[in-house]
Amino acid sequence: MSRGLAKTLLYAVLLVGAALTAFPLLWMVSASLMPTGEAGTFPPPLLPSAPTLEHYRALFARADMGRYLFNSALVAAAVTTASLFVNSLAGYAFAKLRFRGRERLFQALLAGLVIPAQVAMLPLFLEMRALGLVNSYAGVVVPAAASIFGIFLVRQFARSIPESLLEAARIDGATEFAVYWRVALPVLRPVLVTLALFTFMGSWNDFMWPLIVLTDDDLYTLPVALATLARERVQDNEFMMAGAVVTTLPVLLVFLVLQRQYIRGIMLGSVKG
Amino acid sequence: MRGLVLLLAAVAVAGCGGAETDGVELEFWAMGAEGENVQPLLDQFEAEHPGVRVHLQQLPWTSAHEKLLTAFAGRATPDVAQLGNTWVPELAALGALEDLTADVRQSGVVEPADYFAGAWDANVLDGHVLGVPWYVDTRLLFYRTDLFRLAGYDRMPGTWAEWEEAMRRVKAVQPEGGHPILMPVNEFEPPLVLGLSTADLLRDGDRYGNFRSPEFRRAFEFYTGLFRQRLAPATSGSEISNVYQEFARGRFASLITGPWNIGEFQRRLPDDVQGSWATAPLPGPEAGTPGVSVAGGSSLVVFARSPHPREAWALVEFLSRPDVQVAFNALTGNLPARESAWEASGLADDPYARAFRDQLRHVRPTPKIPEQERVAQTLRTYAEFAARGQMTADQAVAAMDADVDRILEKRRWLLSRGRAGGGGR
Amino acid sequence: MSTAAHTDADLATAIGPAARRPRRRRPRPPTAAASRAAVWFVAPALLVIGLFFVLPVLAALALSLTDFDLYALADPSTARFVGLKNYLELARSGEFWRALGNTLYFVAVGGPLSVAVSLGAALAVSSKLVRWKGLWRTVFFAPVVTTLVAVAVVWRYLYNAQYGLLNAGLGLVGLGPVDWLGDPAWAMPAIIGLAVWKNFGYNMVIFVAGLAGVPGELYEAAELDGAGPWARFRHVTLPHLAPTFLFVGVITMIGYFQLFAEPYVMTEGGPLRSTVSVVYLMYEEGFKWWNLGYASAVAFVLFVLMLAGTLVQLRLQRDEP
Repeated sequence: MSRGLAKTLLYAVLLVGAALTAFPLLWMVSASLMPTGEAGTFPPPLLPSAPTLEHYRALFARADMGRYLFNSALVAAAVTTASLFVNSLAGYAFAKLRFRGRERLFQALLAGLVIPAQVAMLPLFLEMRALGLVNSYAGVVVPAAASIFGIFLVRQFARSIPESLLEAARIDGATEFAVYWRVALPVLRPVLVTLALFTFMGSWNDFMWPLIVLTDDDLYTLPVALATLARERVQDNEFMMAGAVVTTLPVLLVFLVLQRQYIRGIMLGSVKG
Repeated sequence: MRGLVLLLAAVAVAGCGGAETDGVELEFWAMGAEGENVQPLLDQFEAEHPGVRVHLQQLPWTSAHEKLLTAFAGRATPDVAQLGNTWVPELAALGALEDLTADVRQSGVVEPADYFAGAWDANVLDGHVLGVPWYVDTRLLFYRTDLFRLAGYDRMPGTWAEWEEAMRRVKAVQPEGGHPILMPVNEFEPPLVLGLSTADLLRDGDRYGNFRSPEFRRAFEFYTGLFRQRLAPATSGSEISNVYQEFARGRFASLITGPWNIGEFQRRLPDDVQGSWATAPLPGPEAGTPGVSVAGGSSLVVFARSPHPREAWALVEFLSRPDVQVAFNALTGNLPARESAWEASGLADDPYARAFRDQLRHVRPTPKIPEQERVAQTLRTYAEFAARGQMTADQAVAAMDADVDRILEKRRWLLSRGRAGGGGR
Repeated sequence: MSTAAHTDADLATAIGPAARRPRRRRPRPPTAAASRAAVWFVAPALLVIGLFFVLPVLAALALSLTDFDLYALADPSTARFVGLKNYLELARSGEFWRALGNTLYFVAVGGPLSVAVSLGAALAVSSKLVRWKGLWRTVFFAPVVTTLVAVAVVWRYLYNAQYGLLNAGLGLVGLGPVDWLGDPAWAMPAIIGLAVWKNFGYNMVIFVAGLAGVPGELYEAAELDGAGPWARFRHVTLPHLAPTFLFVGVITMIGYFQLFAEPYVMTEGGPLRSTVSVVYLMYEEGFKWWNLGYASAVAFVLFVLMLAGTLVQLRLQRDEP
């Protein structure tokens, strides 16, 4: 096979693949701009005959989308803030502070990763009930405030902090917390950005636990609200597409801006030793 | 560390915000079309009760039961809610509902004698009133009179055998590929109403499934026979994008459905079909035995955890007022639970509603036990297997009994210890 | 912790090359002051993980030995210790075996398919002949970051039997129409389609990194030996990717075992229960019918299955030369 032919073929494959991959998302946007009922005609149109924003207006005016957007943003921001702090503290300690049982404790944490989160969900609900946190933002945020993955990520990165840097601060009389806060954290910034991205997106997209623990629609996050709407308004294609756009656009934009950091996170979690 | 505590505190506070209004705020949950359309009535209630505000939450029917139980489990129940009346025993058994017996006795508005007896009874457990019927609902036939006439029938026949014969003839005059009847396989009501016509769903004081009994088998085989003879399509409701269009085109000559569709048919069917459809009570299994349907509908309940039981009852009472019932009928098409509202709204003279009134005289409740919803879903699941030809009728009823017996195991144990929710005898 | 936000990545890290190569250095004995400080550093995380993960997991094990249900929520005295009865009932339940079969179908077909597409995309994107690598990668990766519930809603319409674009497209080439989500035989393949589309970008990125690690001289040497593209792929690329394969295989399997949102949004487990997965069954039993004891047993069986699947893959990997 000649080089030119191979190149042509390769580009053809990539183009078709990219078109297929992007198509559902593009159609989602296109259909969300169609007048009511247009997406349900045959043959199905690809582009709106007369683009309209009526569904977006309806979402915010009648379906309380603003509220869900706020809930999602609040929950994701709270989870991200809390878990950045908690995980970086622990990850740093596991990497740089020596204490009895450190290795064994860390191994135990890693072993916990093989247990799927769903196993914990049923008793967790009862626990939340006892704490009075069912149907509250805290019911979603508090259990997510620490993650084994986050601790691991920070630890991997923190191990490369030169010991001399920390010692220098200690000799200057800094407390351990000050060493962490003033010396380690600035060095850890890249991994913290990555962890923040992972946590924010994970929390934004999370579905099962918020579905379980939130009962009042005033507190619904976007995925829960969207799943509920989807059951109620099966026939309203264009409206539902607008809802899907509002739900997914924020994370998509964040990704487009910060994809380098995001993809580095996958690398850190998998390949880098 | 302190930052974390502050943050968590902030989140916790945000979670329970909004409780500092002067008056009383009632949380009211309503389902489906009721939830979508009831707001004007709530506005009226607020106008009549200064200081009381009502916050409405709409639940989709498909997840309403789930949400109610979750709310109970998480101690997050509303003040007032609409409940499918078969769910009343369930939430009552859990102790989730306020006993309304005294309120009803003292009420100048809620008069038990004015209600359809079957609907009222569904809310009474061991002599305690736990809910007030909001509207009544039952399932019967909507059919194309012109197609049935073309097949030689001026009215819906009275027995199953004649009904089946009529459907065969209708099939012959229908457009190619059409079906005489639509019974979506994702609904439990069609097999349920047929089964109730001949059998009890449960036996021995609602301790075991009764699906393998000859009585139930008879109804179930009639049901599956309609699919086998291609008189009914084995499709679920969600696969049919527009039921009204298909009905107008004659691709379905009839369907088993509920009263809200009177309004939908009047709105959505094209003009040229408007004169050629009617409603009819269900045919009976044999001559002289009227067809039985299910005593459905929704009730209004007050939750035991409500901090405002007085205001909550005031809302129930308001929604039960005959004039409000008439307005509710106009908003949603639901049939009022009170006979006086039928007179006032002119429903009593409505040709389409008349069949419902007749059918409502021949309704049976489903078993008044907490497990009823699950029993109904089990019936639905295996009826679908049989309708789609994936199980024989024998296998399906055996599976129903096996599953239902397992579901009722806890109930049997509780009964043996002298305690169980609802209907225990 | 419980949010399952990073489950894939989580496990990945645990079994990934990083975790398997701990750099052992004899630690100096800790000073008392450092130890005390360290306790405060790890305490918040351990508290959260202990209270909201470890404790519930242990409680789930205990719960699975009881018949804790809705009655017991109202009155705890009605809960009974039933030993292994829940597990025995699972073994006898057609519903459970159906859910297990559906899940294994999803894992066994969807998993490899997804890995294959990832590898294909990675090879294409990594090719020396291709420019604008970043652009391709971004497009292929975009579905990964979208909200699953939202795209499931979108795909539900694409799959619509009457006016869905998929059937319209198939119609152009004379195929179909297929009632994707309404036909018990097609509903699971349809969900697999969505899952592959949504997930392949993630593994693609990992494969791209793996491919970058293959030394270029090896290709040149193989080319000098007269090896064609396929032979080079077979004898150079694949062996070098083996650790990556293990990693990708395990995280994909684990993610796919947790199938839930797709059937919840698209099919509600239907038609004919053909898309009820083990997690969906657990959700139904636990959070719809509130049989918490029984549902906990379902959850533990899922855990054991995932663990077994992981061990099998590790073993397969080790057995290979």
